[in-house]
Amino acid sequence: MPEITYVAVDGTACSVEVPLGTSVMRGAVFNDIDGIVAQCGGNAQCATCHVYVDETSLDALEQAQPEEEHMLGFTAADRLPNSRLSCQLKVTGALDGLIVHLPERQY
Amino acid sequence: MTAAARPTRPESVVVVGAGQGGFQTAASLREHGYPGPITLISAEDALPYERPPLSKTYLMGEADESQLWLRPATYYVRRSIDLVRGTVTGIDPVARTVRLADGSGYGYGHLVLATGARPRTLGVPGAGLRGVHVLRTAEDAVALRASLASARHAVVVGAGFIGLEFAAAARESGCEVTVVEALDRPLARTVSARTAGHFARLHRSKGTRLLCGQGVAALHGDRRGAVTAVELADGRRLPADLVLIGVGVTPRTELAAAAGLAVGDGITVDSRLLTGDSHISAIGDCAAFPQVRSGDLRRLESVQNAVGHARLVAARLTGAPGSYEEAPWFWSDQFSTTLQIAGHADGHDEEVLLGDGPRAFSVLLFRGGTLLAVESVNRPVDHLAARRLMQPGAGLTLDEARGEGFSLQDHVANRSGGYAGSVG
Repeated sequence: MPEITYVAVDGTACSVEVPLGTSVMRGAVFNDIDGIVAQCGGNAQCATCHVYVDETSLDALEQAQPEEEHMLGFTAADRLPNSRLSCQLKVTGALDGLIVHLPERQY
Repeated sequence: MTAAARPTRPESVVVVGAGQGGFQTAASLREHGYPGPITLISAEDALPYERPPLSKTYLMGEADESQLWLRPATYYVRRSIDLVRGTVTGIDPVARTVRLADGSGYGYGHLVLATGARPRTLGVPGAGLRGVHVLRTAEDAVALRASLASARHAVVVGAGFIGLEFAAAARESGCEVTVVEALDRPLARTVSARTAGHFARLHRSKGTRLLCGQGVAALHGDRRGAVTAVELADGRRLPADLVLIGVGVTPRTELAAAAGLAVGDGITVDSRLLTGDSHISAIGDCAAFPQVRSGDLRRLESVQNAVGHARLVAARLTGAPGSYEEAPWFWSDQFSTTLQIAGHADGHDEEVLLGDGPRAFSVLLFRGGTLLAVESVNRPVDHLAARRLMQPGAGLTLDEARGEGFSLQDHVANRSGGYAGSVG
């Protein structure tokens, strides 16, 4: 299973194995990692699963779809060039080693 | 400072109901640093889970049960949230205890009723036949999914969100589908005629039969008690080996009523979500609360409403009281079409259409020149802008909306300095 690392605002890193086919959002929720709210359950409706993708991991990702792009305009913490919605990041083999940083707030 | 004005920090909080609202109450209490005991009582065996996928991906078998969980089991342990399985049979508001069916009891400093709602049933002969379903719980969805796997003729009674979402899933799995609706159009109570018309055409274009203005007289079955046909009020019989009843829900108010609390269509609460008993709140689908603009008591059935209510109650119990003023929003996915609604359409007298195509548009609904709601079909940008527009202090006049080249997102962006808070 691909390993994904979630880095909290205070720098604490937590690496977990996340099943293929789920999402980076689910990986956090399943593993009880704070900092991702995912109020709408992963339907790109609420922008509360915002993450900053580590520079070293950006190449592994596919471009955001238009819906995700629009939703990223409504995040609670600042939107940066490496902002993504973790519910839209499907876990594939290419994401093994992905590092994401959690924002200071989601709403 | 009088005792009544002091922020209350109850020594223990008991939450009845572990749906989205009940779960969020417990979660938000801990986020706010509430240190006391929290008991979350669930009538279901499963860990608290989300419901929207039950009529969508979960029904189609694209997600397993653990993917519905709001949080894993360790979450509750780590935060000392006592998740209790059981059915609450009574509340004693004087002794401040709840009693469970197994004879156990829990004392509370504050009680939060998040009891939700149950599906309405159809009062016709045959409603208890095998193959006749409702859809509210994960257990319902499991039974429905099993039925769907072998069904050939599905009949859906009621063209609301649940009925239409199921109809889309059933059609996509190759079933022949007929939707029977008593009113003259689908989604009659929730969306404008224009948006309803779009969904009627969508379902028909996918091969679904949609019969509006049609009542159901009876369900018929074979000797083994399995449903075989739906008899309409006009005497026609539709073959059916699966029937979904999607005719709305009834709030679970019995406990509140028995405890002497005011109950109408929902448990009556004020803008702080408090019942007449200052030690009992009610939230989510079961709570009738005053609407910001009209003051009318209304129940709302949505994830956003339950979560918003929960956060407000948790904030109050940890010393930050406020009034509930969030504007509602909802969404529904049917086939590959997404409908998103911000606000609440209630007797609109003007509408403005945005968008240049039949597959993607937004309808702005006004009453007396005030924007009530925005319905967006495949226009997520409009929806997000609309959610901002619904916040207190934001505004849009009918003349502005009708202006040449008007765009919701530009309107919101141009005035963004004036809006507090964020969508989310």
